Amino acid sequence: MESLIVSIYVFTLAVFIGFELITKVPPLLHTPLMSGSNAISGITVVGAILAANSNNWGLSTVLGILAIAFAMINVIGGFMVTDRMLGMFKKDKKVEKGE
Amino acid sequence: MIYLEQFSYLFASALFILGLKFLGSAKTARKGMQLAMYGMGLAIVITLVVSGIAGPVQIIVGMLIGGGIGAVVAKKIQMTSMPQMVALFNGFGGIASTLVAYSEYIRFTGAEAMDVNITVILSLFIGTVTFTGSLIAFAKLQGIMRGAPIVLPLHQILNILLLLGTITFGVMNVLSPDVHMWAWFIIAAAAIFGITFVIPIGGADMPVVIALLNSYSGLAAAATGFVLSNNVLIISGALVGASGLILTQLMCDAMNRSLTNVLFGAVGTDDSTGEAGAGGEQKSVTAYTAEDAAMIMDTIQSVIIVPGYGLAVAQAQHVLHELGEILTARGIDVKYAIHPVAGRMPGHMNVLLAEANVPYDVLYEMDDINDEFQNTDVALVIGANDVVNPSARTKKDSPLYGMPILNVDYASTVMFVKRSMGAGFAGEANPLFFDDKTMMVFGDAKAVVTALVKSLKED
Repeated sequence: MESLIVSIYVFTLAVFIGFELITKVPPLLHTPLMSGSNAISGITVVGAILAANSNNWGLSTVLGILAIAFAMINVIGGFMVTDRMLGMFKKDKKVEKGE
Repeated sequence: MIYLEQFSYLFASALFILGLKFLGSAKTARKGMQLAMYGMGLAIVITLVVSGIAGPVQIIVGMLIGGGIGAVVAKKIQMTSMPQMVALFNGFGGIASTLVAYSEYIRFTGAEAMDVNITVILSLFIGTVTFTGSLIAFAKLQGIMRGAPIVLPLHQILNILLLLGTITFGVMNVLSPDVHMWAWFIIAAAAIFGITFVIPIGGADMPVVIALLNSYSGLAAAATGFVLSNNVLIISGALVGASGLILTQLMCDAMNRSLTNVLFGAVGTDDSTGEAGAGGEQKSVTAYTAEDAAMIMDTIQSVIIVPGYGLAVAQAQHVLHELGEILTARGIDVKYAIHPVAGRMPGHMNVLLAEANVPYDVLYEMDDINDEFQNTDVALVIGANDVVNPSARTKKDSPLYGMPILNVDYASTVMFVKRSMGAGFAGEANPLFFDDKTMMVFGDAKAVVTALVKSLKED
């Protein structure tokens, strides 16, 4: 029960940090924010690795491997597409020179 | 070793938080996401090391397969299809959580404490709802399913029954954790609930749904973290959960709808679009050509371009950028006004314009540009309608009433590039079409803008 309390603690504080940070993200970047958070929620891969880590093949291991694959699609796909998108955002060259 | 693992997770969490902080500005955003990427890399590597990488090859195989698919999707995906991709990825996050939770569950020895059991149930439920709900959202956005709302008889009662069923199965599962049937029932109920939850929501409301499912995918990861008592999962999940929730709220505000109304309102079930404009006196509208519009452009000093989703459908972003360049070269002040719900997901229009090389410092948010319309010669509205409909300010019985709009009607001249006189998603006629200062240029956005560019180049 104690570990659950700690988890709830951590979760609650992280939600507050999340609200503080995300409200500061400009609407300009909301799509990259969503694909980026796709990537971050791929952190489930950590849990999946722990689940798949067994030398006795069983259903549990198989499910773990499937979970790894799904989560890795999010991690790699999410970060790559976000980077691709953010690379498109350019400032006006003329304005920059004028500054 | 346990300390190394825990501190690495802490460091990774800090990098995620920093990464999101850097997303606060377009200048630092890319760097921020790279920091988050390092955080992810660190978390994965340390998990592999701690769990004894030498042994199971299957882990690496799984990672390569998933990573490979992700890389191909990320490279190939069209920017117009971003909403579908995000929807699908939300679903993958959900199913991954379900799989991990179930994998933990069948490892149970029967001696688990009640709290572990409850977190597993929660994780199974949220993960599965996210998965099936996201698949439906994906199917609607991709056009595999019709976008129109689908409402079953007794829809809300069915949803309530599914939730009550889940709670009952959950209690049974806690009482007898060794009976696997209860876990299957929970998964089945969650799978159906995910579907019935998204099918009554219409295509126009999909931005809200994707944002909400984004939030759920975060909560699913956090729930997995609760199962494994793993803080990096909990923190990342909470961050994503919060992010999705804020975007959901922003989208609802921009459409002047409550979340309850979006989820349960099933707007657009009746085909009332036909009566738009009828009833009152039939005013006539003069159709102008692109050449007429080009002549006006010869005399002006400032223009604000208002792009809507119709622009993206016609793939006219690139030629629009060319138009912007030509006008700028003539000394005309060119700005873009972006309504929060322009496009199919939060921020979508910005990405589409950025892809067409429109610099982001000429893209303005609604609140930053609304006061400038009154000093602007031409408001050029392309493929947008509801977001500039003045009825939202005055007409109390309109479904749009109260929705924040772009004040294009304050500009000296309003040009609409539109395929037809048809009303927008809300089915509300736009009185601005009939205004004396309005020029209607009918046609496909790409064709019209191309013609406009051509005639501007000629003279």
